[in-house]
Amino acid sequence: MEAFTTHTGRAVPLRRSNVDTDQIIPAHWLKKVTRDGFEDGLFEAWRKDADFVLNRPERQGASVLVAGPDFGTGSSREHAVWALQNFGFKTVISSRFADIFRGNSLKNGLLTVVLEQKVVDALWELTEADPTAEITVDLETRQVRAEGITADFELDENARWRLLNGLDDISLTLQNEADIAAYEAARPSHKPRTIDA
Amino acid sequence: MGRTLAEKVWDDHVVRRAEGEPDLLFIDLHLLHEVTSPQAFDGLRQAGRPVRRLDLTIATEDHNTPTLDIDKPIADPVSRAQLETLRKNCADFGVRLHPLGDVEQGVVHVVGPQLGLTQPGTTVVCGDSHTSTHGAFGALAFGIGTSQVEHVLATQTLPLARPKTMAITVDGELPEDVTAKDLILAIITRIGTGGGQGYILEYRGSAIEKLSMEARMTICNMSIEAGARAGMIAPDETTFAYLEGRDAAPKGAEWDAAVAYWKTLRSDDDAVFDAEVVIDATELAPFVTWGTNPGQGAPLSANVPDPASYEDASERNAAEKALEYMGLTAGQPLRDISVDTVFVGSCTNGRIEDLRNAAAILDGRKVADGVRMLVVPGSVRVALQAVSEGLDKVFTGAGAEWRHAGCSMCLGMNPDQLAPGERSASTSNRNFEGRQGKGGRTHLVSPQVAAATAVLGHLASPADLSDTRTPAGVA
Repeated sequence: MEAFTTHTGRAVPLRRSNVDTDQIIPAHWLKKVTRDGFEDGLFEAWRKDADFVLNRPERQGASVLVAGPDFGTGSSREHAVWALQNFGFKTVISSRFADIFRGNSLKNGLLTVVLEQKVVDALWELTEADPTAEITVDLETRQVRAEGITADFELDENARWRLLNGLDDISLTLQNEADIAAYEAARPSHKPRTIDA
Repeated sequence: MGRTLAEKVWDDHVVRRAEGEPDLLFIDLHLLHEVTSPQAFDGLRQAGRPVRRLDLTIATEDHNTPTLDIDKPIADPVSRAQLETLRKNCADFGVRLHPLGDVEQGVVHVVGPQLGLTQPGTTVVCGDSHTSTHGAFGALAFGIGTSQVEHVLATQTLPLARPKTMAITVDGELPEDVTAKDLILAIITRIGTGGGQGYILEYRGSAIEKLSMEARMTICNMSIEAGARAGMIAPDETTFAYLEGRDAAPKGAEWDAAVAYWKTLRSDDDAVFDAEVVIDATELAPFVTWGTNPGQGAPLSANVPDPASYEDASERNAAEKALEYMGLTAGQPLRDISVDTVFVGSCTNGRIEDLRNAAAILDGRKVADGVRMLVVPGSVRVALQAVSEGLDKVFTGAGAEWRHAGCSMCLGMNPDQLAPGERSASTSNRNFEGRQGKGGRTHLVSPQVAAATAVLGHLASPADLSDTRTPAGVA
């Protein structure tokens, strides 16, 4: 996983709530068997509208998505995170994320930042008025900064540590091999099995 | 202090607990399908890791599979490549696979329970958000992303922070024609698509206890649509009776030991939930969605709401956008909404009871002119059972299409899709924009409402059908 320390970039203000994973990446894109090449599928239906914020020339190269509440609801498709990253987003700000989407984002180094809706509103107003306005998301200090706006955000220490260091979860877990083996040895024999082991 | 059902199952699976770290949880059952696993297997290959517990892993094909001409090569080369990738991965790593054409193939959340693999007190994961279905057995079951799929394949564990718990108590008797689907749609509208966020829901109360296993699966299936991490129902005699004798269910002394353990899986009387919701079952009615998320629903007898009636700006905005997308007008009676397509199937409502309920209404009636009705059984086993009961003949006799098992039009990854602007009444779980096909408009309904809607051509409940049955002997 790519490490995340701090990022500064221009924003895409997305004034929509309940942006579900079918909007982020429609199902027909899920037939691909790689983790890349999803950028053209990002918000595919909405991008057919030339006025959609992502299509505006002043938003090209923006890397911070500022979205409405309940971003990423719906399916468990990690492709939603890959599509955002493939497109060039480094971080997404919202007042509330769906659980599975949030978990997926943090495992891929896409920092999802939860801020109060009034701060999101302020970020929308700032970046709509001035498309060149930059937002800094600083994971080391757990703070979001933009012109006239400073807001702290929470992220549990363990997730922060893994993101800052770009650590691979599987390697970390396998350091606990003895614990896993001990648990397996003590499992009741009535538990289901898919094949005779 | 007592513990909730969710806390008990959680505690029984903690491999390692350390201050400042998420718990490391053991996973009893890992279900795989073709869409969310290829990148995970690639990760294993790159790291040179095996699948740790092949005996706790099983795969089937469902999302991409066609529901017609399944004996011919799959027409879409991209879908075919994804299915072939799963077959190669399962062969290379030694994973049990039930591919298209196999008698145990079907929607992954229908297959697990019918094999008896989904058992009380187990942890069940799958790279699919509707894994919450399995919570109907008192399992802790939740959807995961592809990185976590790889993590489980490699370690049979997941590092997870323990969610909070919410009790959803439903007391009283459900009125006639009111189903588990109506109940869960009403719950989601009540608490919202984010209402369950961060929680494991436990459905309890006399109305829940009376439900069959299949109805309980419908409820737990849609927990994710309320944003919840999982949904659970305490196992009871209904659960044990469903499981006894199934392929993977324990046998003999193992069965007795398992049941003794399963009987402990109830929230203690003094357990404290972090949140509670109480629903009166007697007040419920057939329920449908009018919008573009599963929380935008109303009783069938209601009208399309006026966005201006929402105090919250973001809800008002969402309702405006939804009505525009859905092509509806505020104040329009929901019963006046005509549909082009009716879909019966999916992990929500693709089991045998669902097909029986839809068939009972269609028997002796006809699908309205201009309406296409697709009936897609949740698995090959469900299809075989339906055929043995003659349900397929009821569907085809009424003018519906009887298809092969799979996810089908629930998400339109295969050729079963809505055309732009087409409107469906669907027993599936998501009414998102474009979910069933680009530009398609979805109303979520129960199998009974789906069947009645097919007959009348507009959203309807069985009670609206009094005089539409063809007299006996008339073709």
